[in-house]
Amino acid sequence: MADKIATREAYGNALAALGEKYTDFVVLDADLAAATKTGTFKKKFPERFFDCGIAEGNMVGVAAGLAAAGKTVFASSFAMFAAGRAFEQIRNSVGYPHLNVKIGATHAGISVGEDGATHQCNEDIALMRTIPGMTIVNPADAIEAAAAVEAAITTYGPFYLRFGRAAVPNVCPEGYKFELGKGVKLAEGTDVTIVATGLMVHLALEAAEVLKAEGISAEVINIHTIKPLDKDIIAASAAKTGAVVTAEEHNIIGGLGGAVCEALAETCPVPVVRVGVEDRFGMSGKVPELLNEYGLTTENIVANAKKAIALKK
Amino acid sequence: METTKLEMLKEKALNIRLGALEGIHAAASGHPGGSLAIADILAYLYFAEMNVNPADPKNADRDRLVLSKGHTAPALYAALAEKGYFDKELLGTLRKFGSILQGHPDMKHIPGVDMSTGSLGQGFSAACGTALAGKIDGKDYRVYAILGDGESEEGQIWEAAMFGAHYKLDNLVAIVDFNGLQIDGKVTEVMNPTPLDEKFAAFGWNVCVIDGHNFDEIEAALANAREVKGKPTAIIAKCVKGKGVSYMENQVSWHGSAPKDDQYEQAVAELKANA
Repeated sequence: MADKIATREAYGNALAALGEKYTDFVVLDADLAAATKTGTFKKKFPERFFDCGIAEGNMVGVAAGLAAAGKTVFASSFAMFAAGRAFEQIRNSVGYPHLNVKIGATHAGISVGEDGATHQCNEDIALMRTIPGMTIVNPADAIEAAAAVEAAITTYGPFYLRFGRAAVPNVCPEGYKFELGKGVKLAEGTDVTIVATGLMVHLALEAAEVLKAEGISAEVINIHTIKPLDKDIIAASAAKTGAVVTAEEHNIIGGLGGAVCEALAETCPVPVVRVGVEDRFGMSGKVPELLNEYGLTTENIVANAKKAIALKK
Repeated sequence: METTKLEMLKEKALNIRLGALEGIHAAASGHPGGSLAIADILAYLYFAEMNVNPADPKNADRDRLVLSKGHTAPALYAALAEKGYFDKELLGTLRKFGSILQGHPDMKHIPGVDMSTGSLGQGFSAACGTALAGKIDGKDYRVYAILGDGESEEGQIWEAAMFGAHYKLDNLVAIVDFNGLQIDGKVTEVMNPTPLDEKFAAFGWNVCVIDGHNFDEIEAALANAREVKGKPTAIIAKCVKGKGVSYMENQVSWHGSAPKDDQYEQAVAELKANA
């Protein structure tokens, strides 16, 4: 595996790298450019970068107005203040008129670390999923993050791009081709399906290896696009394995786990066990300590995969 | 102002008021007070100020109007119909199921609506964004935002005010309908947003205070806004809520309720008689 890199880092790099190819997008930030990494774009294209100060609601409104005038707009902040603080601005000023605004939300989930609960957003996917016409992408690694940025530029409409603070290993296979709205089968299996997103994807792959050593065959699906959800790949895999585990760095309510349950209940009802933040607030700590505390671990995926298998009729 | 221009504006304002009330009466719901308050301002903007063409409503170089106080949509729709963006017959479908004339402005479906608004505070930010886009693209279009005085209690208004001054958006004009009333009573008693002129000035804006029903003063303030460079202009327009209908004027109860048949007939008669 290549060196670890945070998806927020890849976001900033991608904006800067794509700035020449696509000359009409602009980037907004709310006094967090150094942390969201939009600062990388700002350095290269200062005339296309606009700091909005610590005023996320206004930033999203400004983004809507820019988009109404034909611009493609990235508006960045931490997930907590983008999806959280500015939810209603995203809903009414971007979602309802279906404007070409891309919310670049970094520091999603508990891997924010030391800043603690006020800055750890485990609710953003749930919030964004309920906005009609919103596309949500939660990339698993730097390659996918960069591809998601380009897809957002070339695809009209509101996007919510979810990036993490912590460095993660690459999981995308060589020659990987990102397709918006399409899940990616990373491992074939027959006993259980692990559906993972974001930084949980590499842990899901590790879990599949552990299960394999115990004689359990796990299929691993990376869902980078949470909305629209690739129901087909999930249902087909569920039909084959008969048991599903979801894994996400988000509240198990309303996120990937919720979306998968909703999809399977209507297409292929099988037991689903959700790994994620179990309806709790975050806390301060180092990233490995927090991942362990909240059960976002290889071991917990393994344990819940067995639980899902045991629930099969 | 020349008499012909003044007469034209009075006629347009009358038609905007009649069109707004027609819709509200037919819908048996809507916001007449604020709609009547901004009719003269809308008449001036659409018929003497803005560079717009109803035959080409999405032209990239057009001036824009964002009705940040989106609940006064009936007046905006009446102005757009009067300008020729769509058939006046549509005004009677306001707020009705299946009509494009939604309760609050919907840019996706209504020709001439430049921004979807209705959630207070948000349209002003969007107006800032569109004005910024004009600066980025080196275009000389202008952006007009109509705000409410009650709306100015929203924190987002002041975030946007900071933004507009910071980016020197001299192509942006905010017109505040300062009619002094909001749903729960007088703005000064509910949550006092005044002094609006001093607040905007402190935020770095060029400020004019005018009578929002005096076309000469509206003209002078908008001309002043074009002349002042390097900062946006806020026009604090003292308006009468329910202007032109005796029983609605300065009555908070007419913020968001529709006239019954006899009240509607009286309103139409008064407006026409006083024109």
